[in-house]
Amino acid sequence: MGRKEPFFWLTLGCGAVIGAFILLPLFELLTAPSLPDLWECLGDRNVGRSIRLSVLTAGSAALISFLFGTPLAYLLARQDFRGKRFLEAVIDLPIVIPHPVVGIAILSVAGHHHWIGQVLSELGIRLLGSPAGIITVLTFVGIPFYIHSAKNGFESVSPRLENVSRSLGASMTSTFLRITFPLAWRSMLIGIIMCCARAISEFGAVIVVAYHPMTAPVLIYERFEGYGLKYSQPVAVWLVLVCLILFFVLRILALREAKEA
Amino acid sequence: MIRIENLDIQLLKFHLKIKNLTIGKRDFFMLMGPTGAGKTVLLEAIAGLIPIGAGKIFINERNVTGLPPEKHGVGIVYQDHALFPHLNVLENILYGLRFHGIPIREREKRLGQLSDLLNIAHLQRRLPVNLSGGEKQRVALARALIVRPHVILLDEPFSALDPGFREDIRNALKRLHDNTDTTFLMVTHDFGDALSLADRGAVLDHGTLQQTGAIQDIFQKPTSIAVAEFVGMKNIFKATFQDSMADLGGIKMRLDRPLDKNDGYVAIRPEDIRVAKNPFPPSQLNSFSGIVTAVVNHGFTYEIQVKTGSITFKVLITKKVWVDLRIREEINVFVSIDASSIHSFDPLEVGFL
Repeated sequence: MGRKEPFFWLTLGCGAVIGAFILLPLFELLTAPSLPDLWECLGDRNVGRSIRLSVLTAGSAALISFLFGTPLAYLLARQDFRGKRFLEAVIDLPIVIPHPVVGIAILSVAGHHHWIGQVLSELGIRLLGSPAGIITVLTFVGIPFYIHSAKNGFESVSPRLENVSRSLGASMTSTFLRITFPLAWRSMLIGIIMCCARAISEFGAVIVVAYHPMTAPVLIYERFEGYGLKYSQPVAVWLVLVCLILFFVLRILALREAKEA
Repeated sequence: MIRIENLDIQLLKFHLKIKNLTIGKRDFFMLMGPTGAGKTVLLEAIAGLIPIGAGKIFINERNVTGLPPEKHGVGIVYQDHALFPHLNVLENILYGLRFHGIPIREREKRLGQLSDLLNIAHLQRRLPVNLSGGEKQRVALARALIVRPHVILLDEPFSALDPGFREDIRNALKRLHDNTDTTFLMVTHDFGDALSLADRGAVLDHGTLQQTGAIQDIFQKPTSIAVAEFVGMKNIFKATFQDSMADLGGIKMRLDRPLDKNDGYVAIRPEDIRVAKNPFPPSQLNSFSGIVTAVVNHGFTYEIQVKTGSITFKVLITKKVWVDLRIREEINVFVSIDASSIHSFDPLEVGFL
């Protein structure tokens, strides 16, 4: 092998700095609390409740994104229509809007002064300070990730496969279930996990809509504010572990998809 | 049988307009035309896969206009095979039968027949990714035919195949056509495929049918400049006619019959022009002397250009002739054309047939 160019060492150096920048704080966080502290923290009813709430609300947001986002992602992947670019831009909006603003915007619509808020109130649905409110904001911030991933999955399935299926006698629904879904499910699952991961870590929008009941990020913030860094770390470690599980599943799926492609 | 009436399809940057086209039952009909002519759009319209603006499509005298694709009774085979990658060969072939309520015994019978005809019985457990191009195409044909469609649409089925596989699939198609009641409509760029497989055909260009009829007529008697150029008639000249004589700007040629028109075009295939170093005998009609202005090597053949008076003939010769006559630029040669090889047609712009 020949002598490496200076540019190679520059890229390697930048990569090492960024790797350390990401990994070092996480390593410090994970190793800071002692094992007894971690077990004690897990026994804390509030910690268990907040992590469970985070997982359930993020899972619900992902489920809602799946149910409503799948048809929309399919439409965007298969059809060209007037306003498509505008619709795609609208779907991307939650990614760029500051998250406390998302919480305020949701409350603006769901409050008593707005007719939607009044309808929800009459239906017995309360968003302020409730799991329903948390699910609403998590869906808002997470759904673009699901729609993007599902759309990419549908685009990777040749429309000709669907054409052949239809010409062989399959209806549109049957074609979707027997051809499109089996070929795109991995992208859809990646989208669900990305949506879930994004939702589980949401703090800014959640704290505006529902300080109570506390999700894990809000509990970490409260412990940090009330008791300092040491008391917030064990909760943070457990939340990071949940996120890492999602991350590893995502990586395995993405690698398998790349291999199959 | 396919019947199309006043079909009009407007896509974003393309307009397909066909006034009338009828393809008979059990026909092997070849649809030809340059890239972007609208061939695939027409196939997909017949299959009900794209919406049509106006007109009617009949399959076996049943109006299928506006019906969903699964109600058309039309199978489609694409050049890239479009096999379902997550299903093995057997599952691919049997895929359509579940939607037609075919009993198991009949299913086995059809599978056996097609497996024998297409020689695919040994491939049943393989995934498409493990098949060769020719095997994929045979499986795609079996999958389309097992549901016994009234019509099968073949979108350039040979274009993605190696030459060896082409012959294989061409023979398979012949066998299938002979053994089924299905109407075959195939898109191709290859004149060899058209001449060897089909009886009738059409040339489509810029979204309109330029000529429809017997395949031999399309190749030998084009009715427009566009079709003449498409089928490889490289010598197209404006001419005036008097009885059985054509005047090509000073070059006079005898035709094989008198014409009742005064002006038009003549077209001559480059392979129908003979070339010699010495003058042809006086009994040989339509002989001219000329000078070679260009020699283009096509591998197994050579195309030479011979300037005679005000016109230049493009002549296709074999490598042997090129060697024997020592053809090179700037030498004098003689060319001769049989009267039967000179095709004349009106200066009409034929379109919207």
